[in-house]
Amino acid sequence: MNKLGKLLYKELLLESRQQYSFYGLLLYIGTTLFVLFMAIDQPAAAIWNGLFWVNLLFICINAVAKSFLQESRGRMLYFYTLTHATDFLLAKLLFNSLLMLLMSSISLLLFTLLLGNPMLQAAPFIGLVLLGGISLSLVFSFLAAIAAKAQQNAAIMAILGFPIIIPQLVLLMRLSSATFSPLLTVSWTSVALLVALDTLIVLMSVILFPFLWKD
Amino acid sequence: MRNNWWKIWSAVLLVYTFVAGLLGPVPSLPLLQETIRNLYFHVCMWFAMMILFTVSVVYSIRYLRTLDLKYDIYARHFAVTAIVMGLLGYTTGAIWAAYTWADPNKPLINSFSTIARDPKLIGAAIALLVYFAYLILRDAVTDIDKRARISAVYNIFAYAILFPAIWILPRILPSLHPGNDGNPALDVKNDISASMRLVFYPAIIGWTLLGVWIATLKIRIQLLADKKLMS
Repeated sequence: MNKLGKLLYKELLLESRQQYSFYGLLLYIGTTLFVLFMAIDQPAAAIWNGLFWVNLLFICINAVAKSFLQESRGRMLYFYTLTHATDFLLAKLLFNSLLMLLMSSISLLLFTLLLGNPMLQAAPFIGLVLLGGISLSLVFSFLAAIAAKAQQNAAIMAILGFPIIIPQLVLLMRLSSATFSPLLTVSWTSVALLVALDTLIVLMSVILFPFLWKD
Repeated sequence: MRNNWWKIWSAVLLVYTFVAGLLGPVPSLPLLQETIRNLYFHVCMWFAMMILFTVSVVYSIRYLRTLDLKYDIYARHFAVTAIVMGLLGYTTGAIWAAYTWADPNKPLINSFSTIARDPKLIGAAIALLVYFAYLILRDAVTDIDKRARISAVYNIFAYAILFPAIWILPRILPSLHPGNDGNPALDVKNDISASMRLVFYPAIIGWTLLGVWIATLKIRIQLLADKKLMS
């Protein structure tokens, strides 16, 4: 537990020392949103929903790709001597989830500012966005580890990840479109399903990461 | 001969499937009519695909436990054969849908986007995309041991998420396909008449055995090629 805290602290410290990537992400969100703002004004709720989630998907790939790709071979070897695979992976997953929580809040804010606000039940939608951000970051963190080991770039993450993420994305879109109507309620069993899927992903990552980690 | 009994069974069951499937009695239902015979071919392709993907994952797990490259070759060729079965499942399904689901007043191509939205088709498409990505990932890594390890990890990870998803999707999307209310394919007990089940079950076994047969042949060729490479 202590090691996990230290590793997480290391991630945060690295992020604060190399702020270009953080500001790069912010700029990525800003420019994408601006392009969307220029392309369409005031989209209908269904289109807003689709754009929002697809946008979040691409933000996630860019945010998470760096986490494993930045580690050089030598540095991975150094971590290998210091920590256990599970601690290392969990620290990465936690950090990426935190990052995605922040990024999804920012993109939600910008979406409502620039493209209008179709939400009729704001609180459940915000909750879904945060949950969705975590779900996306968990899946793509593990795929980033695979891509890094295969010495490939973020493009292969998209190929590997898009088919896997579709079911969760469809669930999230279904649930969030319910919050655009005053009468529908968000089904709690579906939310529980999403949380269960997230747990499954974390479990599979913890089980499988040691095989990637050894060289 | 002792090890080939299942190949004989495969051939016998498939001959039975074709003879009984094309000549046997089927209930006459509105809209479906004689196209119902496609059940023995279309549905069996998906069964074979799922079973072969599962076999592929089992070999990936065995590879990670033993690090024996033989199992990596097994996993790859079972996955490739499963993909072929999946593509055949799509082809037979498309022919079936053209006669039953498509709007007869419009050109066939106009119905495509509506039909493709069906959750069962989406689930199958996801499965195929995952395994196409698996093949791309394999080719992206040049080191043999590393390739085997990384692709085995992806195979297991993707399978573990894919299968709950295929069971979830039909519950949240509307569908024309038989077997609603969360069933991923169809309800065997209620959707299929007793006389058809007599052909349907052997057909599944026959097609699956044929898939295994094809995969084992490909594995043997690969193992021989690798042996030549090493000597």
